[in-house]
Amino acid sequence: MDNTIATTHAEAGHEEHEHIVLPQHRHHFETEEQQREAGSFGMWLFLLTEIMFFGGLFFAYLLYRNWYYPAFAVASNQLNVPEGAVNTAILITSGFFMALGVWAAEVRKKNVLVLMLVLTTLFGVAFLGVKADEYHEKYEKHHIPGPNFSTAMFTNPAAYGIQEQPLAPDMAQHTEIFFFLYFAMTGMHAVHMIIGIGILFWLTWRAHRGEFSAGYVAPIENFGLYWHFVDIVWLFLFPLLYLINRHLPK
Amino acid sequence: MSAPISNTIVNLPDQSTATIPKRNYINNEHGLLSWLLTGDHKRIAMLYLISITFFFFIGGAFAGLIRLELLTPQPDLVSSDTYNKFFTMHGIIMIFLFLVPSVPATLGNFFIPIMIGAKDLAFPKINLLSWYLYMIGGTLTLTALVLGGVDTGWTFTTPLSTHYLNTHVITAATAIFIAGFSSIFTGLNFIVTIHRMRAPGMTWFRMPLFCWSNYAASVLMVLGTPVLAIALVLVALERLVGIGVFDPTKGGDPLLFQHLFWFYSHPAVYIMILPGMGVISEVISTFSRKRVFGYTAVAFSSVAIALFGFFVWAHHMFIMGVSNYSALVFSLLTMLVAVPSAIKIFNWAFTLQKGSITFETPMLYAFGFMGLFTIGGLTGVFLGSLGMDIHLTETYFIVAHFHFVMVGGMLMAFLAGIHFWWPKMTGRMYPESLSKLAAVITFIGFNLTFLPQFILGYLGMPRRYHAYPPEFQVLNVLSTAGATVLGVGYMLPLLYLGWSLKYGAIAGNNPWQATGLEWQIQSPPLTENFVTIPIVDYEAYDYEWLEKKQREEVTTVG
Repeated sequence: MDNTIATTHAEAGHEEHEHIVLPQHRHHFETEEQQREAGSFGMWLFLLTEIMFFGGLFFAYLLYRNWYYPAFAVASNQLNVPEGAVNTAILITSGFFMALGVWAAEVRKKNVLVLMLVLTTLFGVAFLGVKADEYHEKYEKHHIPGPNFSTAMFTNPAAYGIQEQPLAPDMAQHTEIFFFLYFAMTGMHAVHMIIGIGILFWLTWRAHRGEFSAGYVAPIENFGLYWHFVDIVWLFLFPLLYLINRHLPK
Repeated sequence: MSAPISNTIVNLPDQSTATIPKRNYINNEHGLLSWLLTGDHKRIAMLYLISITFFFFIGGAFAGLIRLELLTPQPDLVSSDTYNKFFTMHGIIMIFLFLVPSVPATLGNFFIPIMIGAKDLAFPKINLLSWYLYMIGGTLTLTALVLGGVDTGWTFTTPLSTHYLNTHVITAATAIFIAGFSSIFTGLNFIVTIHRMRAPGMTWFRMPLFCWSNYAASVLMVLGTPVLAIALVLVALERLVGIGVFDPTKGGDPLLFQHLFWFYSHPAVYIMILPGMGVISEVISTFSRKRVFGYTAVAFSSVAIALFGFFVWAHHMFIMGVSNYSALVFSLLTMLVAVPSAIKIFNWAFTLQKGSITFETPMLYAFGFMGLFTIGGLTGVFLGSLGMDIHLTETYFIVAHFHFVMVGGMLMAFLAGIHFWWPKMTGRMYPESLSKLAAVITFIGFNLTFLPQFILGYLGMPRRYHAYPPEFQVLNVLSTAGATVLGVGYMLPLLYLGWSLKYGAIAGNNPWQATGLEWQIQSPPLTENFVTIPIVDYEAYDYEWLEKKQREEVTTVG
């Protein structure tokens, strides 16, 4: 049989000309369908690695929350819930426009697609803006772990006008771990948002050139998966960090 | 679509009249850039082969320096700090830059698409990206070395790595973080390729076992490596800003690092060994001219190893103050991993039974693997037992155990694979008698190096010290002598394989008369592997096809 292969050698490439080859079709895939399936399967696998990546942080958070519950409860109350809630709404809206974008690509509406991608980007940037404001607030309160970190607000809450039970100094120390985990988890999330926004610029430019309005929607679809994954991570972060055991001041 | 490729062996062209095909993946394009920007999985595999060989010899040089220091009981060659840096570099380079990518990134990259009848991996650009990430990781490791080294041991154990050392921990951690993503991308590519790119008729249970074992290893890479990445990020942050997650004075727990680290690094030993087991399945079946005994059991044992591998990590921490109950559970689970490993060894032994065995070089290495891996695996059961572990852990017994598995097992498998597929990769044969000599030298050198270490460890010599009591000297001298022999055993293939690139006999398409798809195409293969995608209508390792065909003919005629 290898003889046969050797003799058909001269006919190499003959096969490919029998059907119309679309520009996005890569030579090593037999069919468009195979290429599309491979792409989305690869994306899901990548998201699985992302789950494992965030998983280590979630594990550390749950472990320490269990150990140092009082510190985590009062430190959690220092997070800015209104801003967090607004951000949740912003992110869900952004995800909604992304979903509409995938739809627009599928029905081949170029201008709608570009508009949706721009809206997705805008809401993503808005999220980061609100997040930056929250980080700034933490800086002013000396809640950023490191040399400037201060537990004064937790050992002596009355001096800051906070209606909380004061923590013993050793327990108050552990709020630093809470804030570190807060920054690590939301920071890692923000890094994913920034990378996503970078890709969005590139996709918008390609969409503007009409690359995705002729039936080739795989990049939009796969990026949509990524963007929704980033949304979902936030939907876990928001209740875990901001909302659990929140007791409102009477 | 072409006719099904069957009846392979009758059409075999005479090897003595074989020529190197005019067009193949090596001479398809010319120039350095055509290699550095290639999307061809075969060229990327060759890039990987060159780079991991480079790092292997650097890591090997450190092993030589360690053995040289241990020649005498006194600390006379280097200071203790330098010695710490030696074994750290040896570990980091050998594990992350050699063993993890060794078989998957070279042989796997080259042969998985061909074995399943595809023209390339699913994502060629990501494949190339993974090589660049590997090179960046490797360069950073060398940077850490040149800047003055790192002395945490390859495990980066906290609080040592975060609070007590002032070496280049962050540089080395970044290097491993980046190299980790290279391995994630390789694994991701393999999984997607094996799921989505198989040729018509290539069912899961017609795939060569090499694909199964690489698939299992890929699952481990994809699920385990991100956890290592985040653990290293936390170590770096702890050093940079003192976040307190691993710092007991701030309420953190150094043991958390070990849980996260070993959650990757125990599966990582299966990432290293599983692809090697795949190579052994191919070699044993080819040179005993038989289908692998219990194909399905061997295939599923790879998956079982991958699955169990995730639930045994705490056996690295028996003496670190984990609770007795969790130690008990992890000890039991550790014993369970021995089952699928034993399934493989027994099935290979039954494959050999009544086979027409020939002793080509790959087969010699494969025999070496079977013996040495069995010893390494069984001593692993010693270490998995709680009482024994308390006596043996952190001694040379452990060093000998994992070198039997990693060097005696994995490196033998890697060399078996390199020799087995060398004719396909380069179109040239290696010199047979010289390579047999190298295989024997490697085996002798290996045993001389590491068998004494079992005894040393049992007698209580701790690992990671550069001085030891004088009564251990005889065994240490034996070990160092063995390392020298082993060094010769590794230098030889480098020399004669290099020589064979130009002067080796021309191999022809199928020098081993093997049945795998990779042997049915020209050697070296075309850039697109197959002119037309084959239709597969036969099982893997179909060495009894002639017998079967005759039997069927008789029934139809009769």
